Amino acid sequence: MTDLTKDILHGFRDGFPIALGYFAVAFSLGIIAAKAGLTVPEGFLSSFFIRASAGEYGVYTLIAVNAAYVEVIAMCLVANLRYMLMSAALSQKIAPGTSWFHRLLMACCVTDEVFGISVAHPGYTPPAYTYSAALISTLFWASGCAAGITAGSLLSPDTVVALSMSLYGMFLAIIIPAARQRRNVLYTLAVSFVLSGLCAVAPVVGEWSSGMRTVVLTIVISAIAAWLSPINTDSDGTA
Amino acid sequence: MEQHNIVFYILLGILVTNLIRVLPMVLIKGTIKNRFVRSFLYYVPYVTLAVMTFPDMVMATPTPLPGIIALLAGIIAAWFRLGLFPVAVICCVIVYCLL
Repeated sequence: MTDLTKDILHGFRDGFPIALGYFAVAFSLGIIAAKAGLTVPEGFLSSFFIRASAGEYGVYTLIAVNAAYVEVIAMCLVANLRYMLMSAALSQKIAPGTSWFHRLLMACCVTDEVFGISVAHPGYTPPAYTYSAALISTLFWASGCAAGITAGSLLSPDTVVALSMSLYGMFLAIIIPAARQRRNVLYTLAVSFVLSGLCAVAPVVGEWSSGMRTVVLTIVISAIAAWLSPINTDSDGTA
Repeated sequence: MEQHNIVFYILLGILVTNLIRVLPMVLIKGTIKNRFVRSFLYYVPYVTLAVMTFPDMVMATPTPLPGIIALLAGIIAAWFRLGLFPVAVICCVIVYCLL
């Protein structure tokens, strides 16, 4: 077996469990997309090319309320800013001399989970490994969204509400383990929850769209956290 | 209010999200040195996901209680590192049973 074949097979092997999780989460995302008025092809293609749970959730909810285009841009920037960090980290894991084509395509593969397994790859990460993991998980992700748009309307309203919890569950699964590991993340999350709850019911601020609230709260809280509790420059702040 | 175009929304989403992914590969030659910028970028993902989760999760259920219980159960499950898929399933099942 050549190294290339091995990389591709390993990518599929590690990408498959991710793909299963993606299908379920994307299904509930598809229900939100259907509410926003997306057709099945629109849902499939948008999920295939965006590949961002929080980002797509933000985009679909903004479409649903006919928000301004600039709000979509701001939401995508903030909800996906972590991908900038991940790409920066991944850039250090690509073998010197790798072509620009591979660098850019690998960057486009970045999602929380594909990034996770890519940086965990021992030594330099072969592009083929990231590609095959991204391919299988993206196909399941896009199919899940399409299935959610198709079948979401067949489900009872209670089932739809229950399924919508999967997205929030996935968010929790990403943020809570970090809070357990690092005290400063724990405090930051607690403050985020409290301020977000207050802002949702407060006068004036409560009138803002949820996208706007997300953008403003993220910038303000992250800046304050960075100022009060900067991370050590020698430890990696990339994950 | 003016009705916007869904395809244009989607194209914007695709463009912005992938530009964010590609930009660091183009710009970063070494590692980011500025401590505040590094710290800020470090906190961003956690804060974004936290404010998108709460209070939205509690407001998504017809009454707040099932959402609150699912939120607490999800936090506990994630604390014990059950992983993305199991945590999502736990939240769904709890709300389904309580509705």
